[in-house]
Amino acid sequence: MAEADLTPTAQIVTLKPTKGWLGIDLKELWSYRELIYFLTWRDIKVRYKQAVLGVAWSVLQPVLTTAITTLVFGVLLKVKSDGLPYPVFALSALLPWHLFQLSLQKSSVSLVGNSNLITKVYFPRVIIPFSSVLAALVDFAISLVMLFISMAIYRIPLSWNVFWILPLTLLTVLAALAVGLWLSALNVQYRDVQQMVPFLIQIWMYATPIVYPITTIPEGTLRYIYSLNPMVGVVQGFRWALFGGSPPDMTLLISSLAVLLLLVSGLFFFRRMEKTFADVV
Amino acid sequence: MMDSELSILVRGIGKRYKIGSAQQRADTLRDLITAQAARISSRLRGKGRRSSEPDHIWALRDVNFEVKRGQALGIIGRNGAGKSTLLKVLSRVTDPTEGYGELRGRVGSLLEVGTGFHPELTGRENIFLNGAILGMHKKEIAARFDEIVAFSEVEKFIDTPVKRYSSGMYLRLAFAVAAHLEPEILVVDEVLAVGDADFQRKCLGKMGDVASSGRTVLFVSHNMSAILRLTQESIVLDKGRVLLRAPSNEAVDFYLNRGLSKMGERFWEEDEVPVSCAPFRPLAIRILDKTGQVSDSVRSVDPIQIEIDYELSEDITGLRIGFYLFTTRGEPVFTSFDIDSEQLFREYTARPAGVYTSRCTIPPDTLNEGRFLLGINASSYGIRRYFQDDQALSFSVDASGGPGTHWPESRPGPVRPVLDWNIERKGGV
Repeated sequence: MAEADLTPTAQIVTLKPTKGWLGIDLKELWSYRELIYFLTWRDIKVRYKQAVLGVAWSVLQPVLTTAITTLVFGVLLKVKSDGLPYPVFALSALLPWHLFQLSLQKSSVSLVGNSNLITKVYFPRVIIPFSSVLAALVDFAISLVMLFISMAIYRIPLSWNVFWILPLTLLTVLAALAVGLWLSALNVQYRDVQQMVPFLIQIWMYATPIVYPITTIPEGTLRYIYSLNPMVGVVQGFRWALFGGSPPDMTLLISSLAVLLLLVSGLFFFRRMEKTFADVV
Repeated sequence: MMDSELSILVRGIGKRYKIGSAQQRADTLRDLITAQAARISSRLRGKGRRSSEPDHIWALRDVNFEVKRGQALGIIGRNGAGKSTLLKVLSRVTDPTEGYGELRGRVGSLLEVGTGFHPELTGRENIFLNGAILGMHKKEIAARFDEIVAFSEVEKFIDTPVKRYSSGMYLRLAFAVAAHLEPEILVVDEVLAVGDADFQRKCLGKMGDVASSGRTVLFVSHNMSAILRLTQESIVLDKGRVLLRAPSNEAVDFYLNRGLSKMGERFWEEDEVPVSCAPFRPLAIRILDKTGQVSDSVRSVDPIQIEIDYELSEDITGLRIGFYLFTTRGEPVFTSFDIDSEQLFREYTARPAGVYTSRCTIPPDTLNEGRFLLGINASSYGIRRYFQDDQALSFSVDASGGPGTHWPESRPGPVRPVLDWNIERKGGV
């Protein structure tokens, strides 16, 4: 077959029934990077449109949650906080938690919310939950500034460990993406998922050492099982990176493995369900 | 591997849908669980049957065709013939259930203009977003930005959120972005239904440019004159199969003569009407001649009666039933609704559940000779469209005895009114 006859841009696209399990086509995903950018940009732009306070909400939300949490758990219930001022203790965990929560909320309904695209135009579907997770990162970046300001107020010194925040943020994003892939694909078929997500998030929050220190959970087997929750490793890592203390060693390792497992299975599951999205959404 | 002269090659493509998944799918876990329970219990009672076939319908079956590079191919068929499914398979929105196909080059689809437009974003922002969704690169969009804006005629409002646009502006902008895509293969479905007559002409012109610039175009439309103008060849689809592939004029003739009911009456079976139409359900539409007989062919000098039977399973407020009259070339002649008159409008604002007939008479000497198409529409204005079928019925009009028929010439135009002429002699020579 004389390939030379073709115009350089003309690539052959094959149409055929897809069967079984498929991997992720990274090359194709890369060729759609502009679409990822635009969808992320749209999600960010739209989120605070016609809100008087606009982007300020991304700062206000963690601040208000921290205030409430401090009042209820720090002041009224007097929960231990590893010797730190309670507001900083809570905020340091609420930031990655908010990232996770927002990513999860947005990505789980993302496919159904974009059904008009899915039924009209082809592109790798994984772009949709992916870009809604990316959009949540912007809020996180803004609110991170809040954390540093509050640490300065309480005169808590920073060490070089603070740069561990970057890989920990990546882990948070991957955890949210992993769960988001599962939930968004399931939500296409079963809208029960979007009803369940708020409860899931609530339960998940209490299963994460946000309002209480991880030391509440006894060390040993129980702690290891507890660490299967990816956010345990993340939150523990965040506190260590910001305030020092004992490094999160096994906790973080177990959490990372849990993320990896969820992510790989999520990707395969998503790819398997993907071909029916346009027909059932 | 296909011949390099070919742009699209399709072999034995079929697409099967679960009937349930199109209409009453198990939308929630509860439905799924009850359905599973029912299946298990029926199997236990010995009525168990592998229920695979009857639950499925083939929206496309055994479709074969190829399109040469630079060719514009029309796709004609009734609603539900499989046109949209075919375009969805070709634009890779959904996978075929069987068969094989190859496409050479980037496929741009205009399955619906304005795909991905976000109401909160400005016109400018939506151009970039929509362009990216349709597969354009940022650079390409930036390079054509001015052209797109000029084509859409919304320059003044380009930095206004599109939710503040009129529907005409919105559609013009959406079409403008889509029309400036430059894929090797362009898939177009019914985009010409947008905007006013001037803009439609502009769109048709643009589509013509695309087709003549060496790109391959697949064009689906109910507008036969657009099909004839833009395509050399067409395929006729019916019940998911290709009935004919021929030069477009032959295909259009074939379709008009065979694809539509010729009986002067059309019935809707329960399973032909989407569940989403409820509580409205069309039952029948028919043409009656002056003697009250159902007829496919009526005389222009006689009154023509149109009857629409329908059922309302619940009370509906604001419902209006009406028809569009088109020539077979797809040009509109007129539109009329049953509560157009003030009095009926007041009397029938609320219609209780029940079976109805809306009947209307087209007065004598209205239509010219030729074949006409009746489309039916049931809607509550500004609230909801219950049902629409643009090709519900076709019928012929014979003009013999009408004005001017003493000359054996055919007169252009869809109407043939009797006008009040008078001739005055202003004086002698």
